[in-house]
Amino acid sequence: MRWRTVALRALAPITAVVFALLVASVALVLVDRNPLTAFVEMAKFAATLKSFISIMNRAYPLYISAIAVAIGFKMGLFNIGVEGQYLFASLLAAWVAASIALPGPLHVLVVLLVAIVVGSAWSGIAGVLKVTRGVHEVISTIMLNFIAFGLVSWLLANFLRQENQPGDLIIKTAEIPASGRFPSLNPLLAAIGLEPPRGSTWQGFLVVAVLLGIGYYLLVWRTRFGYELRASGINPGAARAAGVDPNAMVVKTMLLSGAFAGLVAIGPLLGFFNRYTLDFPRQLGFIGIGIALLGRNHPVGMFLGAVLWGFMDRSAQILDLNDIPREIVQIMQGVIVLAVVIAYEVVTRFVEREQVRAAAAATAIEAEQQEAEEARTS
Amino acid sequence: MSTIGLSDAATEAAATRRRRIVRSLWLGVAALLLLSVVESLTGITELTSSGTFGAALRLTIPIMLAGLGAIYSERAGIVNIGLEGMMIMGTWFGAWAGWAFGPWWGVVAGIVGGAIGGLIHAIGTVSFGIDHIVSGVAINLLAAGGMRFLSVVAFPPGSGGGATQSPRVDGSIGTFSLPFIAGGDLFGWQSPDLFGWLETKGWFLVSDLGAFLKGLTGNISWLTLLGLALVPLTYYVLWRTPWGLRLRSCGEAPVAAESLGVPVYRMKYYGVVISGALAGLGGAFLVLVQASIYREGQTAGRGFIGLATLIFGNWRPSGVLAGGALFGFADALRLRQGEAVHALLLFVGIGLVAFMVRAVLRRSWRTVAALGVVAAASFIWYFNTTTIPNEFISFTPHLTTLLVLSLATQRLRMPAADGMRYRKGEAT
Repeated sequence: MRWRTVALRALAPITAVVFALLVASVALVLVDRNPLTAFVEMAKFAATLKSFISIMNRAYPLYISAIAVAIGFKMGLFNIGVEGQYLFASLLAAWVAASIALPGPLHVLVVLLVAIVVGSAWSGIAGVLKVTRGVHEVISTIMLNFIAFGLVSWLLANFLRQENQPGDLIIKTAEIPASGRFPSLNPLLAAIGLEPPRGSTWQGFLVVAVLLGIGYYLLVWRTRFGYELRASGINPGAARAAGVDPNAMVVKTMLLSGAFAGLVAIGPLLGFFNRYTLDFPRQLGFIGIGIALLGRNHPVGMFLGAVLWGFMDRSAQILDLNDIPREIVQIMQGVIVLAVVIAYEVVTRFVEREQVRAAAAATAIEAEQQEAEEARTS
Repeated sequence: MSTIGLSDAATEAAATRRRRIVRSLWLGVAALLLLSVVESLTGITELTSSGTFGAALRLTIPIMLAGLGAIYSERAGIVNIGLEGMMIMGTWFGAWAGWAFGPWWGVVAGIVGGAIGGLIHAIGTVSFGIDHIVSGVAINLLAAGGMRFLSVVAFPPGSGGGATQSPRVDGSIGTFSLPFIAGGDLFGWQSPDLFGWLETKGWFLVSDLGAFLKGLTGNISWLTLLGLALVPLTYYVLWRTPWGLRLRSCGEAPVAAESLGVPVYRMKYYGVVISGALAGLGGAFLVLVQASIYREGQTAGRGFIGLATLIFGNWRPSGVLAGGALFGFADALRLRQGEAVHALLLFVGIGLVAFMVRAVLRRSWRTVAALGVVAAASFIWYFNTTTIPNEFISFTPHLTTLLVLSLATQRLRMPAADGMRYRKGEAT
């Protein structure tokens, strides 16, 4: 019974992906392209070392973002503000990283700390507003996102930017010195005898992301705090009766979620961009919501989801060369998110109904036995 | 006996309503008066020019349409943060049909496009009972990607369109001006422009009133008129018809509604689809009246701002109109003259002092203190700077929403079963 349930739950994301492929195929057929060519080309393109590195580099920031969202989900809170939190944190982290001079690991550590503090401070506002003023966190985090976008571009343009060299019009922070950068995993490739492709950097922050995933698992499923968190999510009333202070939980959860959110784009910042510019990656926070839904807040599930996303983003690049609009991938991603949520819901209902039926059958048998018993005794 | 009690309650409700209308009118007059005072003090004429009021009206409509849409959805109990996505769908379909068949077809297609978004949301949240926020987020993701795909497919190279924008929409939704008071045509005869003449006189308050009325009656797009007409229409439909009562009952107490024979699922479907259609109309307005072209990111979060007006408009059409007008006006000032927004700080400061006086009379000292702090901050800011950064104006609506929500939550009441999961036949 239990194994069947697990299998049924795994069925949901698979169904969603298949459904998305179907929708994409229909869309492609409607515009006179061959869907099979598209998918085959995508798979072929993704099966290179260069693509593997690119997929990993795209996947891990999304993974961290998904964890940040999932922490909120676990106690029934929606942190839609990851987008604003990570952009704000990245900007200030980039500025601090470029302004201080410290020896290697310490430099990076300080930057991480800044990102964590900024991220959780920004999400903390939503937590405090919820418990003191009763403002729903969905609304407050949406609003805080827009405020963060404005503040980020204002701070960057007026205070934190590097003085432009003549002829250079790009608004950006100063470059982060070598001591503040995060090492890449390219030496690892060399160690196992693979030549890193030219121009590819396998960003080392992936390791931190995996550690964060493990940390998330331990925190939520193996500590008292995590237990209280999940209890508040499943049944706030019961958790409260058991002595969990709901207000403190809301604030703590938001702070924690924001702390993870602050780290979302630190990997690309310290391992690739080396500065904050106006073309710094966007949307990671929103996509994180989708991946948290896809992976059902599970550390492994979300990782697979993030890799799937990275794969789709990377392999989409080959499509234009085959005269297939690469935007088809965005449709697939949207459909997957919507379909997976519906699929989980359908599975849950199915399981519930089965349980009810099983319980009813059990009671019926019991009743029959009882009747038989009564008949015998009388 | 009971009938007498009922009619008493009805007259009382009508009286409250009348009082509320009178009060809003006075507030509006007071705001205009204050605006003219600030204009005289600062000498910034754009604050009260007919051009500013006209632009404010144009910028208000899309926000307000999204907000009105949100009313239908949330009054039926479905939270709709997919409004932004539905609006995006409205912009794209509006531009595509406008380009291919003409602007009025664009309006129709925008409505249909938004309604499709609403239908997806309804299928997810009503039929499958998934979380409303989750579905809304997914729709926003889907709309952004989907419209980009459609752009690539539908706008061939050489048409002037591409992945991120549409070709220009030729022709426009017509405009009109009221004859005699705003210089409109009457059977081909150019009538005098009374308000425009008043505006040029520079008389305190009178000219400003003239400018205000001229801005609202001159050069109005037919689509603007349609949008404005939807405010009283929404009120009438939702609060004065049996259909509206049924829809609202689904947002307040769906189980009770079900037991009285209301088809709850169907009403929720109506609410969400209408909500998408209105957001789509707002999107089409952006394309056909403001820009004549679709661009990616054109909605710029207006769907979310519409949602914000819903909340601090207390889930009512008049509140949505007022909120939309507030943001529309700030936006118009920013677009027409940056310094004018700086003068708004003075406006806010003086306005808050007025509310403070009222609070003193009512002896609510905490309110006095809170208002005093904000007013003082506005004055300090005003006198120590000469401009407000553009970025700050861009998030004014969002900051205002947060402030209003944190200061006035007790006075806001959302539909009781809004955002809750409802499944047919689960009544106990």
